[in-house]
Amino acid sequence: MNTTASIQQAGCHQEIIRLDGVSFSFDSQVVLSDVSFKIMERDFVGLIGSNGAGKTTLLRMIVGLTQPQKGSITLFGTPSSKFKDWDKIGYVPQRNHFNPLFPATVKEVVLSGLYGRKRLYRRISKEDASRCEDALGALQIQDLGDKRIGALSGGQQQRVFLARALINNPKLLILDEPLSGIDIETQQSFFHMIKHMHQRHNITFLMVSHDMDMVRSYLGQEPKEKCGKLSFYVRHSHDLENCEGTDLLHSLRKEG
Amino acid sequence: MDILTAEFFQRALIGGALIAVTAPLMGLFLVLRRLAMIGDTLAHVSIAGVALGFLIHAYPVAVGLLFAILASFAIEWLRRKYRTYAELSLAIIMSGGIALASLLFTMGKGFNANVTSYFVGGSIYTLNSTDLMVIAGVTVIVLTMVLIHKKELFLLTFDEEAAAVSGLPVKYFNIMMSILTALVISASIKIVGALLVSALLVIPAACGLVLSRSFKQAVILVVIIGEVAVLAGLWIAGVANLAPGGTIVLLLIGILAVSITTTRIMRA
Repeated sequence: MNTTASIQQAGCHQEIIRLDGVSFSFDSQVVLSDVSFKIMERDFVGLIGSNGAGKTTLLRMIVGLTQPQKGSITLFGTPSSKFKDWDKIGYVPQRNHFNPLFPATVKEVVLSGLYGRKRLYRRISKEDASRCEDALGALQIQDLGDKRIGALSGGQQQRVFLARALINNPKLLILDEPLSGIDIETQQSFFHMIKHMHQRHNITFLMVSHDMDMVRSYLGQEPKEKCGKLSFYVRHSHDLENCEGTDLLHSLRKEG
Repeated sequence: MDILTAEFFQRALIGGALIAVTAPLMGLFLVLRRLAMIGDTLAHVSIAGVALGFLIHAYPVAVGLLFAILASFAIEWLRRKYRTYAELSLAIIMSGGIALASLLFTMGKGFNANVTSYFVGGSIYTLNSTDLMVIAGVTVIVLTMVLIHKKELFLLTFDEEAAAVSGLPVKYFNIMMSILTALVISASIKIVGALLVSALLVIPAACGLVLSRSFKQAVILVVIIGEVAVLAGLWIAGVANLAPGGTIVLLLIGILAVSITTTRIMRA
């Protein structure tokens, strides 16, 4: 049912990310050379590579923070330079990226996932507030809503950032080393949660990690493709007959 | 008590009350972005502009403002060049500002006394109506811009990368913040003086960091603390015949000390 390499059969699955001959170098040091890869709807892609393999650079290019020097990136069928639907992409940054003394509550951080270009000059509505509650509920952190983000444990913070990424009901979730810096038990429950989401919901994952074991346990032993020092492990899930999107937060919450 | 009803003192109260809203507000954003020392830096560059203003007989605050805006662009540019070393850009521009100011000081011998007394130490008692209009204008601009963009500025401050990924025009926001900072600093210099400007930016934010749980609380708190310190400081200074800038800053430090000790007691 949910095995790899059956992507072509799924007619209604669109291309989410397409990399064509992407290259990048810092001065004379080549970081990425001629990387080509396609990510289809409902794929779970694990991007594995040692330090300096160019994982972060590739990720930064996909989300538009860095431009490729050669090649092109297409997001949801649109060249990334013309891409406007950034609310379709949820992004979970590396942890410990923020200042622990920052005065912000969990709710404020989760709500900030909604503040994109499309909502400029719009106020936070009641609907936004209830989406925030849904996102907190889906990740079982509803009782932390008014806590200061810096006062939480690493695993809890990671859930907050995941809730922030999910509040927009994204089609693509990008996670940058979500498992680093948290203890094994929390890592496992976090990974379990993402797997669960992948199996039941219409959402595509791109996860950068250097933790081979956990990734291989879900995505298989062999990478689908290798490009320089980068390996792409892929697992496709298409047991949802219906490819129409449902509201992720609501269904996640119902499952409890 | 006739000083309290004197016109120059009332002007001082109005100017001080306005600056006590904008400086702590901008300071909160700056501190959270690790640019706490920007106040000092821009103030010193501004002084160079003020000196040039006296030299060419232009309105000194305006030339100071121009210099501060240029310097804030230079800082933002250097900040991006040296990604994690934001303080490096401040140190470079600050020494440049001091150097330029000292050069201009030696060129115009007649106005040295004016520059030092009016701007280095601050001269809130000599605010004229032009100064008040400038300060009021700056306050309106800063409040409007911060209020309409408060969601986006929160995200930009908390997580600049996430803001960029959400499709927010991060570059435009950074330029806006630079200009607003320059506006606030050059308007504050005449009130608290170049040496003390950063106190009004940084100390309320430092209190906010230890006292508040949410960003909303922090925003409200820094403004209240700024107002209390400036208004009470001016009153005490007026009654006891003390230097107003120094009194305000010492009050701020006192509030910070109380904030830190009370939170420590409450958490213990």
